[in-house]
Amino acid sequence: MNRLFSPAPGARSFAGVARMAIVVLVGAVVLAGASLLPESSPLHVSAFTVSLAGKYLSYAMLALAVDLVWGFAGILTLGHAAFFALGGYAMGMYLMREIGARGVYGNASLPDFMIFLSWTKLPWYWWGSEHFLWACLLVLAVPGVLAGVFGWLAFRSRVSGVYLSIMTQALTYALMLAFFQNGFGFGGNNGLTDFKDILGADLHSPVTRAVLLVVTGIVLALALMLSRFVVAGRFGNLLVAVRDAESRTRFLGYRPEQVKLLVWVFSAMLAGLGGALYVTQVGIINPGEFAPANSIESVIWVAVGGRGTLSGAVLGAVLVNMGKTVFTAWLPEFWLYGLGLLFLVTTLFLPKGVMGLFGPARHQSVQDVTPEVSSPEGDEA
Amino acid sequence: MNTPYLLEMRDVSVTFDGFRAINSLSLTLAAGEMRAIVGPNGAGKTTMMDIITGKTRPDTGSVRFHGHDLTRLDEPAIARMGIGRKFQKPTVFEALSVRENLLLSLSGLRAPFAVLMARLSGQERARVDHLLDMTRLGDFAEHQAGGMSHGQKQWLEIGMLLGQEPELLLVDEPVAGMTDAETMATADLLREINRTRSVVVVEHDMDFVRALGVGVTVLHEGSVLAEGALDTVSADPRVIEVYLGR
Repeated sequence: MNRLFSPAPGARSFAGVARMAIVVLVGAVVLAGASLLPESSPLHVSAFTVSLAGKYLSYAMLALAVDLVWGFAGILTLGHAAFFALGGYAMGMYLMREIGARGVYGNASLPDFMIFLSWTKLPWYWWGSEHFLWACLLVLAVPGVLAGVFGWLAFRSRVSGVYLSIMTQALTYALMLAFFQNGFGFGGNNGLTDFKDILGADLHSPVTRAVLLVVTGIVLALALMLSRFVVAGRFGNLLVAVRDAESRTRFLGYRPEQVKLLVWVFSAMLAGLGGALYVTQVGIINPGEFAPANSIESVIWVAVGGRGTLSGAVLGAVLVNMGKTVFTAWLPEFWLYGLGLLFLVTTLFLPKGVMGLFGPARHQSVQDVTPEVSSPEGDEA
Repeated sequence: MNTPYLLEMRDVSVTFDGFRAINSLSLTLAAGEMRAIVGPNGAGKTTMMDIITGKTRPDTGSVRFHGHDLTRLDEPAIARMGIGRKFQKPTVFEALSVRENLLLSLSGLRAPFAVLMARLSGQERARVDHLLDMTRLGDFAEHQAGGMSHGQKQWLEIGMLLGQEPELLLVDEPVAGMTDAETMATADLLREINRTRSVVVVEHDMDFVRALGVGVTVLHEGSVLAEGALDTVSADPRVIEVYLGR
């Protein structure tokens, strides 16, 4: 287990990040383009494949968010899917309102589930949800504010390591229970679904789906480059310093809790953005997305791809989810065992993940380092 | 708030689970002074540094730096006031290069967002190069700090301390694990540093303390047992009894 909290091995090279951003962009554009070819064409790609690819790339955003805090700030988050789901719900609210009078009950101002609960008006937190821009703001602001409050309390009290991990699990679990309640105002068990269109464009048309995939690719590529900007420069060095020797940074005059808070909030917003992109392409968001297992899975994607590399997170999310798609169709009952085994094998034999396989020998020296001192505490002779 | 002292500890006591680690300790340091603190294991040397740097809060007593009370401040606030600390075990950021370690230590940017937006200035580059020269680590600037030898890590940490531009340096056992030649070079380095800054050195190595040629304070059971030149102090029968004579 110690490996989960110890420094990421050899994580100081970001040459691959721009390349990964280009691969993501090109991949999304090619798939989207191919889906618009006539069905008779041998290069045609089905709508199912397009939305599957969109789902993978949305998950890759979540993985990127996890890698930022786990790989670079050493915060093993086991609750990041909460921020992802909150972003999804924020976008889902807008998509619900877009249904308008086309719902089962034909009420233009109230979503079906509210009529089912005999509500007569929108709760205050649904105000403005008919505006796309307001939804976009909420997608970033809700996860950001929640992460800000949670992080401020946790980091200020110097909660770290396994204790922080447990708190993040509790956070996502509590949200799951809340969202399961019908009275909470987000559709309870069923969540938000049955979406019709986005900005007036039919969500089921091939063109809209192709555009959504391209948008997801662009957002993910930008997120990769922005994350690289955050971790590659002096701030990235500071993050690594806080990760490896937090109390030492205090004696240099830094406030590690503020450093962690900044990257934590940024990461939560990325996860929220991933959730928003997810919901447009998958067509449903429900409380199951808050399930603790989802957050744990996202950590596994990062571990498999290569922690602390950014590109590895994207690669891991796509590879593992492709595996999941294939495996669950083939041997559904064995998927969880397979996933667990994959995690064990990566942790034991591939500490740098898949990225480590074609990583440059340049960082070989990292392996030789004996971390003589991991904490400057307890020096009393 | 005028005081002739840079650092002034008055009647400081701290207890850990009933054990008096520091027992009404009073100690003063003049600006520009270098002082060696010696004492047997458990005398409270490191705890004293913990109190000055804000890691441990004293139960009673006052600690003043330029007349400002330090006991209410936390570690970053005290560090920013101009007190730098080197730990007993060398504590550098192992995953970063020597140059990156020094750059992070440079006084100036401390707010996270400012660090995020920072670009390396020519002046910063010059400061880092100067520190590399001073600590003789110029050839290793791009090497990973974790791969350096024990002595080099000690020097890197001293370099990081200087990067902070502190008025007062607290240096805990800087020559532990060093060869004789490295020990003497470190004594030279500290004397050089002392030309512009005040220094408190905790050290067991008597040859090193002699090489520093500065005033000595002997701690025993959390308070000052004797103070003065090394020769005077080492002739003191009480000191011989608790420490040197063992």
